[in-house]
Amino acid sequence: MKRPHINHLFFLCLLAAAVLFLFFCSINSGSIHLSIKEVWEILLGKSSNRTAYHIIWDIRLPRILAAALMGGALSVSGFLLQTFFSNPIAGPFVLGISSGAKLSVSLVMILFLGRGLYITSAAMILAAFAGAMISMGFVLLISGRVKRMSTLVICGVMISYICSAVTDFAVTFAEDANIVNLHNWSMGSFSGISWENVRVIAVIISISLVLVIMMAKPIGAYQMGEVYAQSMGVNVRRFRGELILLSSILAACVTAFAGPISFVGIAVPHLVKSLFGTSKPLLIIPGCFLGGAVFCLFCDLIARILFSPTELGISSVTAVFGAPVVIYMMVKRTAHPL
Amino acid sequence: MTDEHGNSDFIYTDNMTVGYGNTPLIRQIQLHIKRGEIVTLIGPNGAGKSTILKTIIRQLKLLDGTVYLDGTSMERLSERDIATRMAVLMTERIHPELMTCQEVVAAGRYPYTGRLGILRQEDKQKVREALRLVHGEALAGQDFSQISDGQRQRILLARAICQEPQVIVLDEPTSFLDIRHKLEILDILKNLVPQKKTAVLMSLHELDLAQKLSDYVVCVSRNRIDRMGTPEEIFTSSYISELYGITRGSYQAELGCLELESVKGMPKVFVIGGNGSGIPVYRRLQRQGIPFAAGVLHKNDVEYPIAKALAAEVIEEQPFEPIGEGSFQRAASVMASCEQVICCLTEFGTMNQKNQVLAQLGKEKTTF
Repeated sequence: MKRPHINHLFFLCLLAAAVLFLFFCSINSGSIHLSIKEVWEILLGKSSNRTAYHIIWDIRLPRILAAALMGGALSVSGFLLQTFFSNPIAGPFVLGISSGAKLSVSLVMILFLGRGLYITSAAMILAAFAGAMISMGFVLLISGRVKRMSTLVICGVMISYICSAVTDFAVTFAEDANIVNLHNWSMGSFSGISWENVRVIAVIISISLVLVIMMAKPIGAYQMGEVYAQSMGVNVRRFRGELILLSSILAACVTAFAGPISFVGIAVPHLVKSLFGTSKPLLIIPGCFLGGAVFCLFCDLIARILFSPTELGISSVTAVFGAPVVIYMMVKRTAHPL
Repeated sequence: MTDEHGNSDFIYTDNMTVGYGNTPLIRQIQLHIKRGEIVTLIGPNGAGKSTILKTIIRQLKLLDGTVYLDGTSMERLSERDIATRMAVLMTERIHPELMTCQEVVAAGRYPYTGRLGILRQEDKQKVREALRLVHGEALAGQDFSQISDGQRQRILLARAICQEPQVIVLDEPTSFLDIRHKLEILDILKNLVPQKKTAVLMSLHELDLAQKLSDYVVCVSRNRIDRMGTPEEIFTSSYISELYGITRGSYQAELGCLELESVKGMPKVFVIGGNGSGIPVYRRLQRQGIPFAAGVLHKNDVEYPIAKALAAEVIEEQPFEPIGEGSFQRAASVMASCEQVICCLTEFGTMNQKNQVLAQLGKEKTTF
């Protein structure tokens, strides 16, 4: 009885260590090379090199923090959606929730930037949240009619295509000045995140994360199906509402600043569950958060340094690593249908 | 409502109307379930048994009336109040990922654990006890998705027991199980009921088991409660045939066995049986589609109901009486028109002495 608990804590520590390790790797790498000693001095505030200071504090640090937080948020959001649909291949990206958020954010951006208005972080998140909820509404409508999980995912991908198509229309007819900005963002990227953004992200994500952890108990009951959850005393209606709300907030928060990022929400929860050998929410939620941070830090690092100074879209990198995991899961499910 | 022992209904449905959506299926249902009592719903597929159970456990909306749990209307009880009184075992298959059987059972502690659902020593003790009750100790560490259907039902039952309910609602708990596992599940229930004074409300497809296990039987048919009563009142061959609308074959309620339709026509074979010796012969002839007559059988003979169900004609005698001249003559005349005689008896006694004469009579047509 004792051993598994030690293992689980060990894995959590391992993930936390990986986050720290990647954090330092990321800070040390980029198109301008800085030695470890220099970076360390800058972080401690002992360096007098203004350019290097600016690079570390204003460009790399917020970006790295954002990547870690958002990666965590995305995989927790994925985990919640998988619980909600009792479907291991559900996630904010494949269900079209990220794309819905992307569409409404780009519309708001075009509207605001076109009139020369400044958009606050809060407005971006609100727009993203509204878009996410609209997509979610469609998915829920469909899920009431189809029972097969693969059909639901295909519908989600279709919603995602529609949203992307509309976004492309909007971008095509937007003013030139906006396009560069929009195009970068709609491809998914952690670049250009300000400290103000990071603060907002950190507040929203940490509040949501605490709420999700507080919901670990009903999530565990819900993993056994709606009927049993209800018979054990879960107020299923309210619980489902909360689940949808929290997963949409998390996904929207990410999309508002980094655009749609693919596959993190499916691949990470699956990998974390396999690593831990359990699906206990109380362990898996923090595990997903740390795992998502590791995954996104790693992918962002690759996006930045692989073809430096040219930067890759983050979504392309996460897809390369995440999609095979998803394919593996689908094949495994089909081979051994439960 | 309270009976003469001061034992009141744990679940009482007052004019309950059930159905899907807003369409009523069965109206004005009055069910009473006391603690320490097994109440079984029987009836044909689609008659509404599951609908009733699902409404009581609140999976479906109650369309009208009131369901009282432990004396209080369920609408006025909190989720937790209900969860500590009522546990369920439904037909929905669950696919929890990477959960051991022990974790599935421990899920039953939900209403008793704190905000984060961490198990205390006491909870772990209850989990062990529930696993012991279903003889599932050896399964504790196994992955729930890797065990057999029978084991799965036992673990889910342990989960329900772990919830320490005063009533367990089960929807066809033995469907898809082989006979050994059916018996296991029902045996566990039978032991649980007096031990913990649990009330059990369930639906069963196995009439023979329902008959032996239930204290009270509720018959649901054609979208109404057709009849309620003790198993003795309900399980008569004629009523069960009527309840299920059996037109081909028959259900022998006394023996709890199902018989296919008899072969109609002029009897070609005459079977002299008794004491159960004729049963395999009746079945073989029925399978081969050969109409046959059986006789002379006492009405209290063990094979009498089966002969009645399968033979084209049965020549019978009153219980405990020697075979009389009348039945003997009738048997002899039927035998005369048969092509073949099968005598299953090797010994004859005082009461069926005439069967020996009959066997002698049909000797030249006899095969064994």
